[in-house]
Amino acid sequence: MTKKNVRNLVLSILLLAAAGGALGWLQANSSAHSYAISIIERSAIYAVVAVAMNMLTGFTGLFSLGQAGFMALGAYVTGILTIPVEMRANVYYLNGIAPWLENVHLPMLPALILGGLVAAVFAALIGIPILRLKSDYLAIATLGFAEIIRAFLASPAMNTITNGSFGLNNIPAFSNIFVPCIVSAVCIFLMVLLINSSYGRAFKAIREDDVAAESMGINLFRHKELAFVISSFFTGIAGGLLAVYMRSIDTKTFQVTLTYNILLIVVLGGIGSVTGSIIGSFLINGGQEWLRFFDEPLSIGGVQIPLFRTGFRMVIYSVLLMIVVLFWRRGIMGTSEFTWDNLFGLFKRKKKKNAGGEA
Amino acid sequence: MKLKKFVSIAATAAMAVSMLSTTAFAEGDNTITIGVFEPQTGENGGGGIQELQGIRYANEIRPTVTIDGTEYTVVLDEVDNKSDKTEAVTAAQKLVADGCAAVIGTYGSACAIAAGPIFADAQIPAVGASCTNPQVTTGNDYYFRVCFLDPFQGSVMAQYAFDEGYTKVATIEQLGDDYSTGLAAFFKNQFKNLGGEIVTEQQFQTNQSDFKAILTEVKAAGAEAIFAPSSITVAPLIIKQARELGIEAPIMAGDTWYNTTIIDNAGADYAEGMVCSTFFDEADDSNEITTNFVTGYKEWLNADSARIDRNGGNDSIVGNTALAYDAYNVILDAIEAAQSTEGSAIRDALASIEADGVTGHIVFDEIGDAEKDTAYIDIVKDGAFSFLKTVTVQ
Amino acid sequence: MSAMTLIQHLLTGISLGGAYALIAIGYTMVYGILRLINFAHGDIFMMAGYFMIFAMASFPWFISIPITLIATVVLGVLIEKAAYKPLRSAPRMSIMISAIGVSYLLQNLATYLFTALPKSYPEVPFLKRIFQFGEISASLVTLITPVLTVVLVIILIQLINHTKIGMAMRAVSKDTETARLMGIKVDTTISMTFVIGSLLAAVGSILYFTDRMTVYPYSGSLPGLKCFVAAVFGGIGSIPGAVVGGFVIGICETLLVAFGYSTYSDAFTFLLLIVVLLVRPTGLFGEAVTDKV
Repeated sequence: MTKKNVRNLVLSILLLAAAGGALGWLQANSSAHSYAISIIERSAIYAVVAVAMNMLTGFTGLFSLGQAGFMALGAYVTGILTIPVEMRANVYYLNGIAPWLENVHLPMLPALILGGLVAAVFAALIGIPILRLKSDYLAIATLGFAEIIRAFLASPAMNTITNGSFGLNNIPAFSNIFVPCIVSAVCIFLMVLLINSSYGRAFKAIREDDVAAESMGINLFRHKELAFVISSFFTGIAGGLLAVYMRSIDTKTFQVTLTYNILLIVVLGGIGSVTGSIIGSFLINGGQEWLRFFDEPLSIGGVQIPLFRTGFRMVIYSVLLMIVVLFWRRGIMGTSEFTWDNLFGLFKRKKKKNAGGEA
Repeated sequence: MKLKKFVSIAATAAMAVSMLSTTAFAEGDNTITIGVFEPQTGENGGGGIQELQGIRYANEIRPTVTIDGTEYTVVLDEVDNKSDKTEAVTAAQKLVADGCAAVIGTYGSACAIAAGPIFADAQIPAVGASCTNPQVTTGNDYYFRVCFLDPFQGSVMAQYAFDEGYTKVATIEQLGDDYSTGLAAFFKNQFKNLGGEIVTEQQFQTNQSDFKAILTEVKAAGAEAIFAPSSITVAPLIIKQARELGIEAPIMAGDTWYNTTIIDNAGADYAEGMVCSTFFDEADDSNEITTNFVTGYKEWLNADSARIDRNGGNDSIVGNTALAYDAYNVILDAIEAAQSTEGSAIRDALASIEADGVTGHIVFDEIGDAEKDTAYIDIVKDGAFSFLKTVTVQ
Repeated sequence: MSAMTLIQHLLTGISLGGAYALIAIGYTMVYGILRLINFAHGDIFMMAGYFMIFAMASFPWFISIPITLIATVVLGVLIEKAAYKPLRSAPRMSIMISAIGVSYLLQNLATYLFTALPKSYPEVPFLKRIFQFGEISASLVTLITPVLTVVLVIILIQLINHTKIGMAMRAVSKDTETARLMGIKVDTTISMTFVIGSLLAAVGSILYFTDRMTVYPYSGSLPGLKCFVAAVFGGIGSIPGAVVGGFVIGICETLLVAFGYSTYSDAFTFLLLIVVLLVRPTGLFGEAVTDKV
């Protein structure tokens, strides 16, 4: 082990400990910091979806816009299975719950995995026909599927299972901030493992040039399907986490705008960078709250600034995004990942540059 | 390139820090913070802003509360839940972190249901102004509301329709919307119990703007009246398209339709004869509190053209503004009764409060719902809402 | 269902289809040239609705309509210059994301400027005259929408087939690089495409909103997606295809609702898209070009 490696390992452990410590501190003072906690939880959940989307878009070159639909599947499975049995009559107060479902109850973790599996099965079925399509067509077809899933979940025919228009509530919350953070971290870690495996290299080959990849003996369909199914699995889990986070869901949550928000996280973080997606998720979720002051009337020196009123925040937000897309296309991380070497390299080079300037 | 990267990392760090250090709301010795949890954008943005204005007005009229001889200034902490459940969760957490003593809101029951457990866990009492879904208060000790409920409202409209002699009614409901679907369901139950017939049940999707096909079916079914509870966004669409197809049957709806925006958008000719239930009637002069509120609020609105704009372009008072005004006052009454800013104490005071508000006498039952057994029915006449009758359901 | 009801439904469907067709042409032309789904097109259509509202507030209809058309065209070209042109050499995914970004921006801007409350669409008096044929009633706009659509399309096809700029458009959509080498001003041609697309979207907007009467910031998103499907159905790049697609989707949607399947009317549109892409990826009238799908 070289000196550098030891240094990096130590730094990583320190960072993890610091993050754990910070979360622990927030948890210990949870009543005063519930706002920060909820933002962190939401960012962690969105990070999973963003990384899953990045795995498709950035690493395999498949532009899918079906995230909201798969999240909805995961969320509904998790929601239905974790609502306490004694609360169910209350939740399904108008239509009643299907008898076969009435006493089926699972703890959160198995329910999340089952939610992911349902999303994955749907993805596998959908993938067979639509993964033959390319770029824009794939995007619009997956977008369409997400809408179909949403319409299906809200339809009166599903009343006794999904509670139709009324949505689900009384979903038990996370017991503490560590649960969503650890589940998210594990999900992202598993996806990173996949991306760095031989499968991941095959994905990248398909992204660069699918014809060349195929001639190198990569089975295009099998790999695309694999990427799509696994990405959907984790998207489903994230959907389940979102349901637990929100504690009440309905199909309106899972509209196209949700997918767009995830897309913006991926774009901002850098298409093809896992750490970028994670940073992007925290930035967008945090920034959205941080920019709240734009919505409040502001007066400087007694003069009311007329621009500041409700809705201005979202305008600023979308303008910022256009700027990123137009002038800073690589996003924060481009396709590179965060490593300690890069970080130190950054400082060193800066130092050198400064020294050179002075001389 | 590297510089950019550095800047971006710095920006990330800065944002993360500022995010974590969300400073608690200015909590001086003599202030008390009340959270205003309302949508200002999104599907329910319009209605939310009208409630918000009611609260701001109430705050101007009654800016202080006295506890143990000390006068506290009431500070409003307004957050926008954007009519979106995900946003509602963080918005509610912000109010909790800001240390609100109590919360008012929200227009749109879905967001109230989403935020309910958060307020309950933090032991912050919340008073809903116009969230009519039964699920808001059920099983939640800390949620109260000053309005009546969907089951009641649905039954009232069914009773009204039956009393008017309609026997064949069509319903139109919005899929994926608990308010609309719930109200329609309660209406159908009651109307069938009374002996009426639902000739057709039509549904539409959120974001749909074309109702002609649905309305053609309604027309073909020979409905004598139409019950179409829905948001103020779709209301003018339904009304106009129905009249254009030559449907003369009166259109009925719930409390959301008591909103002059609908008449403005649908046009006075088309909206003529539209009927809705409401919590409040501007022209009701039997109650001094109401008349004072109506004159005062109109003055307040007319003092600033921005207020008029936000009210929908005129100075008529919608039901939810009045309810929001009542919600604010009920909370202040409770704080005074409790002589405390503790959430649990205010909650207990709310549970046993008796107040006279703009929308009538307010007493909460054990679930936390205002015990109201009478609804106003208003009809659009000559381009304005006018009081028709009160309906009571046993 | 009685014959009268059916005719009423068909009338609604055809009128809706006409408006869809006009919007779909914008999608199909832009896609034909830039290979870009202009996600913002539906929102340009929505903005055209707001332009008309503000124009009618101070002018009579015969002045307001040209103002609306010009403002919409300016907006469309502006979007092309600001958001698409700088990305011309970028990967397709970037342009698509930019398009989604513009759509997001327009919706948020509309919410900010005009509030989320629906705004009433002004009435052009003669368009709203209601005709009664027995049990069937329809306003003039319902009746003239399909007629106007067909007339505009015929003019457009003549323009494309028989004028210089039309020839340039065809050349650029076949092969941009070669067209550039042949001395065709590619940028001007692309702008021209946006001019035509936005102009038709504005006409579609006037017809659509006069019939449906309310504009709010999200009123463009769903019709936008549906019109894109119409364009794909007819064969992307083909103008007659887009028109046929628009009418088919308008009529099918209306009939689905009529037969009580309104729950699935949106889902149907997307199902149609997927089926078309799988069975006949080039659409009804699309040319068979390799590596398109």
